[in-house]
Amino acid sequence: MTGLAQVPLALTPINRKEFVSDQEVRWCPGCGDYAVLAAFQSLMPQLGVRRENTVIVSGIGCSSRFPYYVDSYGMHSIHGRAPAIASGVALARDDLAVWVVTGDGDALSIGGNHLIHALRRNVNITIMLFNNRIYGLTKGQFSPTSETGKVTKSSPAGSVDAPFNPVALALGAGATFVARTIDSDRKHLTEVLTAAVNHRGASLVEIYQNCPIFNDDAFAGLKEPDSPAVVPLVDGQPVTFAGGEQAVVRSGDGTLIVRPTAEVDAGDIVVHDASADDPSVAFQLAQLTANQDLSRSPIGIFRSVDRPVFDDEARRQVHMPDDRSAALQELITGPDTWTVA
Amino acid sequence: MSTPVHTLDRVVIRFAGDSGDGMQLTGDRFTSDTANAGNDFATLPNFPAEIRAPQGTIAGVSSFQLHFAGADIKTPGDKPDVLVAMNPAALRANLGDLKRGGVLLADSHEFTKRNLAKVGYQSNPLEDGSLADYQLHALDLTGLTVASVESFGLGRKEASRAKNMYALGLLTWLYSRPEAHTLEFLDRRFAAKPQIRDSNKAAFLAGHAYGETTETFAVRYEIPAAPAPAGTYRQISGNRALALGLMAAAVKADLPLFLGAYPITPASDVLHELSKAKNQGVTTFQAEDEIAAVGAALGASYAGALGVTTTSGPGMALKSETISLAIMLEQPLVVVDVQRAGPATGMPTKTEQADLFQSLYGRHGEAPLPVIAAQSPADCFDAAIEATRIALRYRTPVILLSDGYLANGAEPWLIPDLASIEPIEVGFATEPNGPDGTFLPYARDERLARPLAVPGTPGLEHRIGGIEKGDGTGNVSYDPDNHEKMVALRQAKVDGIVRDIPDLVVEDPSGGADVLVLGWGSTWGPIGAAATRVRNAGRAVATAHLRHLNPMPANTGEVLRRYRRVIVPEMNLGQLATVLRATYLVDVKSFSVVRGLPISPAELAPHLIDQIDSLGGNQ
Repeated sequence: MTGLAQVPLALTPINRKEFVSDQEVRWCPGCGDYAVLAAFQSLMPQLGVRRENTVIVSGIGCSSRFPYYVDSYGMHSIHGRAPAIASGVALARDDLAVWVVTGDGDALSIGGNHLIHALRRNVNITIMLFNNRIYGLTKGQFSPTSETGKVTKSSPAGSVDAPFNPVALALGAGATFVARTIDSDRKHLTEVLTAAVNHRGASLVEIYQNCPIFNDDAFAGLKEPDSPAVVPLVDGQPVTFAGGEQAVVRSGDGTLIVRPTAEVDAGDIVVHDASADDPSVAFQLAQLTANQDLSRSPIGIFRSVDRPVFDDEARRQVHMPDDRSAALQELITGPDTWTVA
Repeated sequence: MSTPVHTLDRVVIRFAGDSGDGMQLTGDRFTSDTANAGNDFATLPNFPAEIRAPQGTIAGVSSFQLHFAGADIKTPGDKPDVLVAMNPAALRANLGDLKRGGVLLADSHEFTKRNLAKVGYQSNPLEDGSLADYQLHALDLTGLTVASVESFGLGRKEASRAKNMYALGLLTWLYSRPEAHTLEFLDRRFAAKPQIRDSNKAAFLAGHAYGETTETFAVRYEIPAAPAPAGTYRQISGNRALALGLMAAAVKADLPLFLGAYPITPASDVLHELSKAKNQGVTTFQAEDEIAAVGAALGASYAGALGVTTTSGPGMALKSETISLAIMLEQPLVVVDVQRAGPATGMPTKTEQADLFQSLYGRHGEAPLPVIAAQSPADCFDAAIEATRIALRYRTPVILLSDGYLANGAEPWLIPDLASIEPIEVGFATEPNGPDGTFLPYARDERLARPLAVPGTPGLEHRIGGIEKGDGTGNVSYDPDNHEKMVALRQAKVDGIVRDIPDLVVEDPSGGADVLVLGWGSTWGPIGAAATRVRNAGRAVATAHLRHLNPMPANTGEVLRRYRRVIVPEMNLGQLATVLRATYLVDVKSFSVVRGLPISPAELAPHLIDQIDSLGGNQ
């Protein structure tokens, strides 16, 4: 069953414009959020589900303004709490496509607890995590994904925090769908989001997103064609990058290492298997990310596996009686009564 | 030989023992039999927060007090007439409360040198004459129990565990109760464990037979049935009534019930009760924390369910940001705070009413919401329906206050007929309400309530959020005039709920009282009981009770000004008193008790008499 299996289909085709709200978009010029919004609005009609059955819940931060700009149902909520609120929406209703829009501060700092629990429960929601490695809305403090040593207003001597790797965190939390994409790669972004929303269960998509004001070009190295920094993950394909010149192979001690393709046997190159039940290879691939300077980063779907879905299982236990009043009256009365004449 | 039977009006029994001695179960069973006998009753379980405190220590003492009578009663009573003490610690911790001349039943087996020393007894009080003022019955309960279950092949330790049932059997005999109910209960409870079931039954019957065959007790007692309105009754605790009330409200509103909760004493039993009710269409979500619990409830409410979250004081503090969001969203939400002694962890198993300020004011910004309080265990049912009715009608979060005393205390309940409860009309929006077929999520009806369009409703797609709303459109607005207008509208909406609230009713049988005692929440029972004592002592006193703490009934100020003195008893340092003084400029006097226990009529009544007498005049 796909993530949208119970969401009613639109009776007539919808176009992109119908997902554009009447609100003026107020992100900074050049913000990566525009690209994600445009990709999202183009993608939605292709999913074929009814517009009114789409719900977008966001937290706080620049990216969390997203729901205001999409003409569907939406809630701009509280810092860090969107996964919790979205869990309530998804648990209450099986006929809604529930999206969460969040950022690196929102999801990984103040809301870290809700993120990991939504992932481990495997609630049927799709989480778009806009990672710009900086706090934008509060004007430029380091975030939980900023590189160590980052000089910001709140870290003039350089941040001494070690950054999170959101993909590794999600895999550690038991997430069943984990992917990474880049705001500037519209095609890849659309493919990954489509796969994510069709996945039944919790999907986490980390989107590398440029903040031109406070952290410009944080992902510049990943944006050139055939960039040696991008390690494309394609299900069923050997993991090579830099125009095929570099390959990921398993070393003698079991870790994954990078070697020039020319120096290794083709049979030794790791073949990506996103549907592997054991997440440890996906976790190893996540470790290839150079967390400090992003001089290397796998992009694509790390993991996509089926596991019982929280809201489906919870709903299975709930039974609405045909006659609610009669059933409740029986419970109210209980087994132990006495009568006063 | 048949022991003579004396008829009594009322009895207060306290069962006390180690946490592992099964005192709560014993008390619960005796309460059930009391209910079956048609007595009115009120209970006060009092147990340590530790699951198993060190054995034989004062910290580990667990007790259960039951007040039952042939007349209408409102509290679990002051001083017990009967104390069952299963060990020296239980005696030490409770003897001070036992009435002079009261019955003391003690398990002499546990009064060993070691156990006595643990709680600082130099000599054995069962033997040294220090208990001469009481009717002492020192029995080897453990030994008698072990002997009575000998045939079941249990180890001594295992066998002695049934001693609570032995004691219960003895008291069942002493108070002329039939044995059948407890035997049936044991059949049900231990159906899967025949050996435990049979040994408990044997111990219970042996205790009963002991009373009948020995001459230890010169008399046995009976308490006649209390006069009560005709109908079918059951025993109910506050938390159970609350859970049933929430379910009833959901049925009456024709909405699925969704509870988001994180376990916390003393509110967890509401989560447990609702978790058992999945076959009533109830969804429960045990969240990762208090914040997620209220968040999920808010999400479910947004998706069209009746969203509820239950907690206690520390959890309320964590939920406050989400409650503020619900105020901004103008989204229905029921927030239940089963108060306990604070601040911080405080005393989790002890009761208090000190979250009133937090409920009224504990949020950022101008964030008004309705607050209502339950007054007795059974009343939690009605209070839950009332809270839901306001939440849905006015599109607002509502805080419903209960407390540890109501949560665990039990009383008889005239079983309500669901059909006689008014339906709750939610009225979700299905059509555009604005110009050119647009939807205005912040348009308002005559009550200032906004339309709710649930996701899935075609044509009414819209966005809501925590940023200030443009009046009518709900669009993001930083306009100064709009903000001021919206702040005023949100306040006016909550203030306007007063139109649905009945006037404050004053009870003043003589009609000439100078002193009004005004209460809220669980002080209802103690205030009523104290007022009866004051009136029996020849003084006039008026009483009134607030269910609605925000907004308060329209006539509240007028009622307060009618009396020469207004006294507000509270289990806090005078929170309602402060609110009343600030709101109505009336010099109300606070009677404050913060001991983790309900206010006792025995301490309140003399205070009231002093106050009345100090005014002179009217006696």
